[in-house]
Amino acid sequence: MRNVTVLTQRELNAQFYSPIAYVVLAVFLVVSGIIFGSANFRPGAESSVRVLFSLVPMTLVFFVPLLTMRLLADEFRSGTIETLMTAPINDAEVILGKFFGALLFYMVMLAATLVYPIFIAAYGQLDTGMAVSSYLGMFLVGALFISVGLFFSTCTQNQVVAGVCSIVLLAVFTFLGDYLAANQEGTLRVLLQHLSINTHYENFTRGMVELSGVTFFATTTILFLFLAVKMLEFRRWR
Amino acid sequence: MIEVNKLTKRYGPVPAIEDVSFSVRAETTGNIVGFLGPNGAGKSTTIRILTCFQPATGGSATVAGYNVFTQSMDVRRNIGYLPESAPLYPEMRCREYLTFRGKLHGMARGDRERAIRRVTERCWLGEFIDRPISQLSKGMRQRVGLADALLHNPKVIFLDEPTIGLDPTQIRETRRLIKELGEDHVVFLSSHILHEVEQICTHTIFIAGGKILASGAPADLRQEISAGSRLIAEIKGEPQAVESAVKAIPGVSAIECETSDAWNRLTIEANGTGDIREDVFKLVSAKGWSLREIRREVASLEDFFIKITAEQRGARV
Ligand SMILES: Nc1ncnc2c1ncn2[C@@H]1O[C@H](COP(=O)(O)OP(=O)(O)OP(=O)(O)O)[C@@H](O)[C@H]1O
Ligand SMILES: [Mg+2]
Repeated sequence: MRNVTVLTQRELNAQFYSPIAYVVLAVFLVVSGIIFGSANFRPGAESSVRVLFSLVPMTLVFFVPLLTMRLLADEFRSGTIETLMTAPINDAEVILGKFFGALLFYMVMLAATLVYPIFIAAYGQLDTGMAVSSYLGMFLVGALFISVGLFFSTCTQNQVVAGVCSIVLLAVFTFLGDYLAANQEGTLRVLLQHLSINTHYENFTRGMVELSGVTFFATTTILFLFLAVKMLEFRRWR
Repeated sequence: MIEVNKLTKRYGPVPAIEDVSFSVRAETTGNIVGFLGPNGAGKSTTIRILTCFQPATGGSATVAGYNVFTQSMDVRRNIGYLPESAPLYPEMRCREYLTFRGKLHGMARGDRERAIRRVTERCWLGEFIDRPISQLSKGMRQRVGLADALLHNPKVIFLDEPTIGLDPTQIRETRRLIKELGEDHVVFLSSHILHEVEQICTHTIFIAGGKILASGAPADLRQEISAGSRLIAEIKGEPQAVESAVKAIPGVSAIECETSDAWNRLTIEANGTGDIREDVFKLVSAKGWSLREIRREVASLEDFFIKITAEQRGARV
């Protein structure tokens, strides 16, 4: 566990040194600002963070892979993986260290969006319960996206390939999930709905924290972390 | 310290190393072992297996008394490793990097700071210890990598081509450092520079084409190689007579003769370990010829290396 903390710390620092992370942070804030502004500053619009919260995961499909694509791909490319993995640290600790490093940076990103609910609270009526459950939802979605991005970053030494693969997979589950489910019948439909990230996330934006949603995000996150560990092992076996 | 038994590593169908066995023990091999071979010989592959970075396809190995496959963490705690390209994180500062590495090795704050001071001094990092690694030259990075390998005072230090890319002064300094390290660590270094290995190593292992071809103290190896020695002699006399008489000396396997101004320059290949210079001299004086030069050419490791490499290439074609 100590190793995980050490690596997490290094990863978080590395994010803060990386220009890409700042660009992501800045663009994310601009985009969320635009979403928030266009939803609230129209005549007759009710002031709410609801629209913002329901659209944020869509933008994360693009932003999170930009943060995660570097994680292992770069270690493989530059060869630092050799010094890292000949220190007394095992594969699972490496993956977890990287995961928590990216997750902490993501939480910084989320924290920056707190200005919007605070703004609403100051000038209107903030549904605190809904805001809290939305943030929980965004946290869970982010964790899942990071684990997917991390998995793809373990697969290749090319950051761009890792990034594109993660975006594609996340886009399929976020945008296409609902669409595909709508065109299916019976069990397949139920299954697709259950796999759709939006279905689970929407409940959080309505202020409902459902066990099934939390389990969905937690298990898929753990699944991808597990796959990342296996992939890391496999790559060293070759 | 290092025991390697029939180690094999395949990437796809072709083995990078095959049935590699050797052992490194302070009593028999000394502390500084050179792992010598041409490009693509399998040096880095072997080192990666011994440092627990990659598992082997077959065989077994122990480092510092621990099995590389089953006791990987124990091995890792006892080794330092400088990979071929001295990879580092460019965004970190030297001190920050060494601190990170120290933490990974579980060193407490006080120990860590002491260790960083020690390696800073040993590897001459003083002038750039607080600079970002991205701003350092190749040679400086190599030294940071070396400092990292020494940080936790490991029993065995693996250095993959430690002097590659350094300028002559730094090569000399690095070799001196390696010799110093040999006093209380086992150093296993790979190289394709022969005189480097001859200079600093107490034991040499030759690898080419993924197989161990020879091993021994550099001096013994030279002895072994020079077994079939070559003699150069210049004798004045009738060329045919000289050539056939010298050829008749026991132990001479081949002879070449070049004649100019009545002097015959003979290149004599002798087999066996005996020295035939005396025989040549006696022959010359018995026949009443004159002798103006006689010299024995001892094969260098360089010759051996080139021969082995050529044979390997021949075998592959
Ligand atoms: N990741 C890999 N995938 C496939 N083949 C590899 C890989 N790494 C090494 N090889 C092959 O294994 C053989 C041994 O390579 P290795 O890097 O161990 O050589 P080396 O002795 O270190 O050479 P050099 O002096 O050039 O560093 C080579 O034929 C190389 O092509
Ligand atoms: Mg090599």
